[in-house]
Amino acid sequence: MLVDLQGRALALLNKVAGAEWPDRLRLRKPLERWLYRGSKASFSVLAQQGGAAKRARPNKPASPRGVFDLTLSDDQQLLCDMLQQVAQDVVRPAAAEANAAQHCAEEVRAALAELGLKHYGVPAAHGGLADEAAALTCALMTEQLAHGDPALALVALQSLSVANVLRRFALPAAQQQWLPALLAESAPQIALALAEPHVLADPHRLQCRAERKGQHYQLSGSKSLLVDGLSADYLLLSAYAEDGPALFLVEASRAGVERCASPAMGLRGAALASVTLRKVRVPHSARITAADFAYQTLLDLAALGGCAVAVGAAQAALDYVVPYVNERQAFGEPISHRQGVAFPIANMAIELEGMRLLLWRACARADQGASFSRESYLARLQAEAKAMTIASDAVQLLGGHGFTQEHPVERWYRDVRGFAVLSQSVVL
Amino acid sequence: MINLETPRKFRALVTQAQQVAAQYYRPISRKYDRAEHSYPKELDLLAALLDGMNAGSPESTGARTSKRQHDSGDGVRNGSNMSTCLGIMELCWGDVGLLLAMPRQGLGNAAIAAVANDEQLQRFDGLWAAMAITEPDCGSDSAAIRTTAVRDGDDYVLNGEKIFVTSGERAGAVVVWATLDKSLGRAAIKSFVVEHGTRGMQVTRLEKKLGIKASDTAAIRFTDCRVPAANLLGNADIDVAKGFAGVMETFDNTRPMVAAMAIGLAKASLDRARELLEDHCALDYRKPLLQVSHAEAQLYQLEAEWEAARLLTLKAAWMADNRMPNSKEASMAKAKAGRMATEVALKCVELCGLTGYGEDELLEKWARDAKILDIFEGTQQIQLLIVARRLLGKSSKELK
Repeated sequence: MLVDLQGRALALLNKVAGAEWPDRLRLRKPLERWLYRGSKASFSVLAQQGGAAKRARPNKPASPRGVFDLTLSDDQQLLCDMLQQVAQDVVRPAAAEANAAQHCAEEVRAALAELGLKHYGVPAAHGGLADEAAALTCALMTEQLAHGDPALALVALQSLSVANVLRRFALPAAQQQWLPALLAESAPQIALALAEPHVLADPHRLQCRAERKGQHYQLSGSKSLLVDGLSADYLLLSAYAEDGPALFLVEASRAGVERCASPAMGLRGAALASVTLRKVRVPHSARITAADFAYQTLLDLAALGGCAVAVGAAQAALDYVVPYVNERQAFGEPISHRQGVAFPIANMAIELEGMRLLLWRACARADQGASFSRESYLARLQAEAKAMTIASDAVQLLGGHGFTQEHPVERWYRDVRGFAVLSQSVVL
Repeated sequence: MINLETPRKFRALVTQAQQVAAQYYRPISRKYDRAEHSYPKELDLLAALLDGMNAGSPESTGARTSKRQHDSGDGVRNGSNMSTCLGIMELCWGDVGLLLAMPRQGLGNAAIAAVANDEQLQRFDGLWAAMAITEPDCGSDSAAIRTTAVRDGDDYVLNGEKIFVTSGERAGAVVVWATLDKSLGRAAIKSFVVEHGTRGMQVTRLEKKLGIKASDTAAIRFTDCRVPAANLLGNADIDVAKGFAGVMETFDNTRPMVAAMAIGLAKASLDRARELLEDHCALDYRKPLLQVSHAEAQLYQLEAEWEAARLLTLKAAWMADNRMPNSKEASMAKAKAGRMATEVALKCVELCGLTGYGEDELLEKWARDAKILDIFEGTQQIQLLIVARRLLGKSSKELK
């Protein structure tokens, strides 16, 4: 076991060490620092646990001293620095093309996959790096990537989200089966399928049904706006079973599964697709959650994932607009000298920081093992409303230029409106 | 390590403040809203109690401890800026006006604590000091003040008029901003402690206001008013390079406190509105917003605004406690909390209909009280200017 795990960690190291894109993108140094940290952490966990540990560690209080603190841990800071650069050098330059082509270019996809972010969703016992600050760490990673591009962030984070769902909610047998597979060389691509297309959709009244038929389940219903839905090998979908909400892992090739591309207002680089399930027969083992699994917690963590994307996108909009209004001249001076321009900028920053603190608080509470339904609900309300205002103001401040595709703000405007997609596509 | 919960060591303080707010402030809240300009004598006993508590606690709270604090080793600390904000939030759940009227907790005391030298700290210990900045022709533009201070022997001679001085009549002294030389602008502005009874100092009027009626707001005229030179707070030199920063940095500590007032008041409104709507609104934080009643949706959204403002305020205080420059964050918190409180309090009146509008409830009073919190200690617009200048890297000459 021990050798096996270290072996996997080393394999990850080796893979990144051998890749050539980090050099091309001048990412070698930050990557090495990050990998050193990450592997040190995972090896020390292995050392503590020996070969015996199979179950996840219990929640430890995230702040043992009970101190109000907004300082990132060293690991989180390194990870943020690294991903900030990836977002800037890899993701942002690929965003316009992904939007036009309605999918993520293979080279970019490979570069993002090689970051190995999914390791942060897999527990040490299965060869990953998930620790007791997992929700917050995932939120920080999401913020950084979404700063590059929200749509591509959804693509980059899907495996991590799936790993998080499996780690947090799946039955031990399903974890055993899927978590190591997720880290394997030719890992299956699994698409999250939580969202339903109906107006006024309520995740507590899923229309997708799972009927028990002897040793099988029969799935019926529809799911929409799946990230990279057409190319997925498996769907991780939610449905109502006889005993309440349940999650199923279903081969996309099964009879009765029908998929089609469903482009939307924005998030076009995420290659959104819809799926219809017509009496899809799956074995009982396809159900990966127990009868009493914490469905509400899943919804809360997904809402927080959406908040993290929104925070990243809103930060991107603010960072883009500030230099623009300083450079743009009108009436003989930069337009930023006018309160009518400067005040919206101040408000963008104020609301953005409020969104971020709400997100961080909810995540920290989740990591502490405290209740966080209220906190994630409030975080969601602020993120949904404020991110849209920020994106809209960003277009406004660029005037007619903001309305054209010469600038990314019109894309963020379209992306951020899709909070309903964001909040069901990234699970922290 | 990130954690945004109330620090464990301040929980007792928060509970104490809650008790004071509920048992002491609330019962006399309406009484002094009606009896504007009469002194809430009940506060004397409470102030004495608070003094005792402060003296006996290393992590004391109140205006006078906002800046001075002892260092306790390395690492992240939660100090008096945060404990003060937490205490104020609870107390203002009780009554903002009564908190502002508290003896020895004035903004003048905060100014003394922030910039006085050791001799002055000792001499003014126990003094209740109000703060006098605004003039009839100068509000937000505090650099334009006209009150003059002219050195004459061992004294300064003050001439001018100050308005909007909170507790200006009741306090034992007033911290007055005056200029040593109008031609030198901001750098020449200094603050002076002027004790009541000083010849040439006269309270000319008490304002009748929209809200916070328990707290008196005075106009004070200084006519050849002689103040000992030793009462000039801080350095008497005119340092053109950084002179104004001295008086302005007080705001970095006091703005989060005013934000904290807004948070306490808004919480009071929200709590009461929920009580009144109890039979009609069920809050469970699970239903999508599109599935709930309009009244429920409003309550959720107001709470989200409130929570965002609260966390911004705690962040600004946390930065101050850890000696990080927090001008921008203090203004962000003040801007958000000020407008949030007004919005929340007004909306809660609206949500409760005629019940909310009538004087049988305190909701209408809180909606009147709230407005000042978006005005004093820097208006909404001033806070936005400060934040925008920092974000855009602009001077006050460029972004006016």
